[in-house]
Amino acid sequence: MSKAPLSDVERIKSASRHLRGTLADSLVDPLTGAIAVDDTQLSKFHGIYQQDDRDLRSERKRARLEPAYSFMIRARVPAGVCTPEQWLNMDRVANLHANGTIRLTTRQAFQLHGVIKRNLKASIAGINEAMMDTIAACGDVNRNVMAPALPALSAVHRQVQADAERLSDHLTPATRAYHEIWLDGEKLDTAEQEPIYGDTYLPRKFKTAFVVPPQNDVDIYAQDLGFIAIVEGGQLVGYNLSVGGGMGMSHGEPETFPRLADVLGFLTPAQLLPVAEAVVTTQRDYGDRSNRKHARLKYTIEGRGIEWFRREVETRAGIKLGDERPFAFAGNGDVYGWQQDDSGRWHYLLFVENGRIVDSGDRRLMTGLREIASRHRGEFRLTPNQNLVVSSVDPADKAGVEELLREYGIENRSQASLLRLNAMACVALPTCALAMAESERYLPDLVTRLERLLAESGLADVPITIRMTGCPNGCARPYIAEIGLVGKGPGRYNLYLGAGHAGQRLGAMLLDNANEEEIVGALQPLFERFAAERRHDEHFGDYLIRGGLIREVRAGREFHAATAA
Amino acid sequence: MTSQAAGSLALPLDTTQSDKLAAAVDGLTPAQLTWVSGYAAGLAAAGSPGDAVLIPAADSSPAAAPQDTLTILYGSQTGHGESVARGLKDAAAAKGFSVKLQSLADYKPSALKRERLVSFVISTHGEGDPPDDAELFHEFLLSAKASKLDGLRYAVFALGDSSYVNFCQTGREFDGRLEELGAERLLPIVECDIEFAAEAEAWSGDIVERLPDLMTAASSAPRLRAVETAAQYDRQRPFTATVLTNQKITGGRSGKDVRHIELSLADSGLSYEPGDSLAVLADNPPQLVADLLQHFGFAEDTPVDADDGQKSLRAALSEEFEITAPSLGFLKAWAARAESEELNRLLGPDRQSELAEFFATHQIIDIVRAYPAEVAADEFTGMLRRLAPRAYSIASSHAANPDEVHLTVAVVRYEAFGHSHEGAASTYLADRLGEGDTVQVFVEKNPRFRLPADDNAPVIMIGPGTGVAPFRAFVEERAERGAGGDNWLFFGERSMSEDFLYQLEWQRFLKQGILTRLDVAFSRDQAEKIYVQQRLRERGREVYEWIENGAVLYVCGDSKRMAPDVNAALEEILAEHGGLSAADAAAKLKELRRAGRYQKDVY
Repeated sequence: MSKAPLSDVERIKSASRHLRGTLADSLVDPLTGAIAVDDTQLSKFHGIYQQDDRDLRSERKRARLEPAYSFMIRARVPAGVCTPEQWLNMDRVANLHANGTIRLTTRQAFQLHGVIKRNLKASIAGINEAMMDTIAACGDVNRNVMAPALPALSAVHRQVQADAERLSDHLTPATRAYHEIWLDGEKLDTAEQEPIYGDTYLPRKFKTAFVVPPQNDVDIYAQDLGFIAIVEGGQLVGYNLSVGGGMGMSHGEPETFPRLADVLGFLTPAQLLPVAEAVVTTQRDYGDRSNRKHARLKYTIEGRGIEWFRREVETRAGIKLGDERPFAFAGNGDVYGWQQDDSGRWHYLLFVENGRIVDSGDRRLMTGLREIASRHRGEFRLTPNQNLVVSSVDPADKAGVEELLREYGIENRSQASLLRLNAMACVALPTCALAMAESERYLPDLVTRLERLLAESGLADVPITIRMTGCPNGCARPYIAEIGLVGKGPGRYNLYLGAGHAGQRLGAMLLDNANEEEIVGALQPLFERFAAERRHDEHFGDYLIRGGLIREVRAGREFHAATAA
Repeated sequence: MTSQAAGSLALPLDTTQSDKLAAAVDGLTPAQLTWVSGYAAGLAAAGSPGDAVLIPAADSSPAAAPQDTLTILYGSQTGHGESVARGLKDAAAAKGFSVKLQSLADYKPSALKRERLVSFVISTHGEGDPPDDAELFHEFLLSAKASKLDGLRYAVFALGDSSYVNFCQTGREFDGRLEELGAERLLPIVECDIEFAAEAEAWSGDIVERLPDLMTAASSAPRLRAVETAAQYDRQRPFTATVLTNQKITGGRSGKDVRHIELSLADSGLSYEPGDSLAVLADNPPQLVADLLQHFGFAEDTPVDADDGQKSLRAALSEEFEITAPSLGFLKAWAARAESEELNRLLGPDRQSELAEFFATHQIIDIVRAYPAEVAADEFTGMLRRLAPRAYSIASSHAANPDEVHLTVAVVRYEAFGHSHEGAASTYLADRLGEGDTVQVFVEKNPRFRLPADDNAPVIMIGPGTGVAPFRAFVEERAERGAGGDNWLFFGERSMSEDFLYQLEWQRFLKQGILTRLDVAFSRDQAEKIYVQQRLRERGREVYEWIENGAVLYVCGDSKRMAPDVNAALEEILAEHGGLSAADAAAKLKELRRAGRYQKDVY
């Protein structure tokens, strides 16, 4: 174990009495719209981030006013599945207490933004009214468990979804603090136990996903813990276990890097919970608790070796992993429009630019979805690409849903380019405290420019993934997008190219701290060469590697090696 | 006192005199020095006008860093800057030197001129921007507001990331600007990339090595400089003050526009105490002047009689006459001229409340529009009062801001009778004065609104809205004096996020323990409206205990509703918690008032 002193967050967790801290007092302090500094760490475990409007920061400081604090609330949606009632409830809370929009996240969760402190408690209570909660949506715990949103093989998908929900329940913190603080639950006298996490929880956030090949929509390689469904003869026989993926890094700190998960071996559905728990507790006991930038599972595995990790997990679980079973991925995007599953039900995958549910001109997404939810008898699925599936539509109701999609102008626009359909941006400015550059507010404009270039090169029907984040933590998983842009300063981004179209290979940095002209200037000749030299069905990232135009990154620790060719 | 040609700022003492004076003031406490400077100024004022008197070059405020202290100021985005600054502090402290470490976020920029020895640790982020916590200091330092820093010696340690274009830009700006202001650079600037530990250690070592010499040099007798004395300022002879700051201090979504105005009193000799008001000679709104000219069809250059001979009508309406608030005299004259039965009825007996309401809702232009009459220009101006200065409760402590006076001004703008209306003085200050412009002012003493002489006496301050202004002065003053008495403030406004005047300052005073308690009432942040008097009642028991323990009560702000409501709440508190009848409680409150323990500045 490291001899360096524990990070301050460890002190806060340790003293928090299982995540209580002074949150209850902070909520009623009338002199500030903020919560106490230590509580800002603890609130994350309750699904709440303190933020402030960064557009106003400077103006308010001059005005001798504190920043315009508000809170982001993230609601867990295990496997991304919610009922129409839950949708309507989220819509209600968003309009009553938040900024009137809903954000679908890259991890299949709901986010509400702009909730001020005195509305926090009512918002959390409101979300819970529809049997949905926010606990462990953020913080140093296992977060929302992801599962594929695409229902191509529905029997298998239903099983995978059930496994995802089972694991989500198993890894949810046991503390009653959440109920006490937000739902006026009874205060318990007895000493609480956190059987899996212990008193200080995990060293850092922990992300888990399930996936059903060939679509890698959840980006399994970006997860701390992954389960790749193995289907033989139409039956789910078990999962390949993957461990140690993660996107986040820090600019200028080469000991931090994005890393793709390793596949460790095979397990049966019955072995799921003990193996998952063994992975979590190994990270709990061996993860770096002194340096939070170096605390994810990926660094634990890098530091001690994958074979050590396998032995530790097998010992703890009392299970020997089987040999990895073969599988293949085709892409990490979404498949848009109507699909019918094997039971005859229909599913419409709806494009939601950057996951933002908002009425905008003729495209009345928020109102339209409210209308659909009030009549829909199936369910909704949030996709890992921030889109939405109007799911399990009875064939008799399909025409009605189509009518509503048209009426509110929200059907997938035929003019939306493939690049836009494969684009993803994090929230960034003005609310995210970590953002160094714009993302959600800017990517659509950059895409407009690039899609014109692609069309000019005759590449309009080639799917290329493009992702942007305002900081290097990588919420939109930019390092595994074929065009990855990571904010470094206002109007400045690092450009990463050469990642795999299915998220199976990291990109390499081509430009450091570049502005839009430099980015477009670098991409234009590459698009032209790609158009001229492309092999049949070849992806942009693969071409750049084959052509020797970009260095191939074979492992996360090579990510910062001398840049592009 | 040696006589010197008026206006000369050369040191008017020979060496012997200078040494004697230095010896005389050596060892005096800051409070004693302040007294001596006033004594000397008084001597000078009694002599022939224009004589120069001496004051110590370092403004003799207790907040001035002792001259044997190394001040370390840092601005840090990631915490690296802070760690370098702490490293230097530890290294200097280990050698037994007195060190003051402060974030630039908490450092009052104007205090820099009182420093003698400062080390800056400052990072640069983004495209050459200062870190958030140094943003305001940076802006101040680079602005025209920054004063000469002749007595300052400094060193700059700059942090940055060389992959950005403007590497260490903020550090370079600090370094260059400090020299430009006359400060003496002790060490060349150190510019560091992401790896900085070794350079930081070397830099600390360099500074600590020099400290023995620097500290001795710095602790020699105070240097003296000469200033011009000034006669007392009044309405006839106002002081021309320069605007340093005109800052809106309500949020972007506030329904109110409240300004924090800072004026320079540099070289004026003007002094004030907490509780005093500042009278401002404001011109009338140009639009209102134009509207009146247009309404009557007057030519703007029509000559009219004014105080100092004849003036153009436009100038007279701008500078000489009260053209917003109507007087009773005006109303009577206008009622006669317009032969308005309605106005005459209003002026009749037993119409006091209607008349008061009328005055509260009408400006002169509303009256001449609603009750039209033909008048000549000099006939109209003959009905008008002379333009009176507008007094604002001073929002600053002079001791804490030696060369400045601050005001808190609610800008009056509203729609009525189909036209937009403006308050004359508030819009003059807010809209028509920019930084660097000048304004005519003088101090109006307010001896009936004073902090207790006993620094240990507790005070309860009730100041909703801009009524909070004098309490900012009170709290600054008590902080400056190191007064031990408890300070409790009640503040109210509409919205916490938009209208919490001086929120950051109150939060800091609370953190520092200078403000003991702060209770707030934001009327529009919940379904039912809550005002300060309700908070007083809720805290009734403690308010009562404070009063029993000798607390002095202060109320500032609106006289029509707030002050009577607060008075009623205080009577109730005395009755309920003191076991008194309503009549006895009222009598007790009156007694407190007579004894000077319940003071009001209401308007």
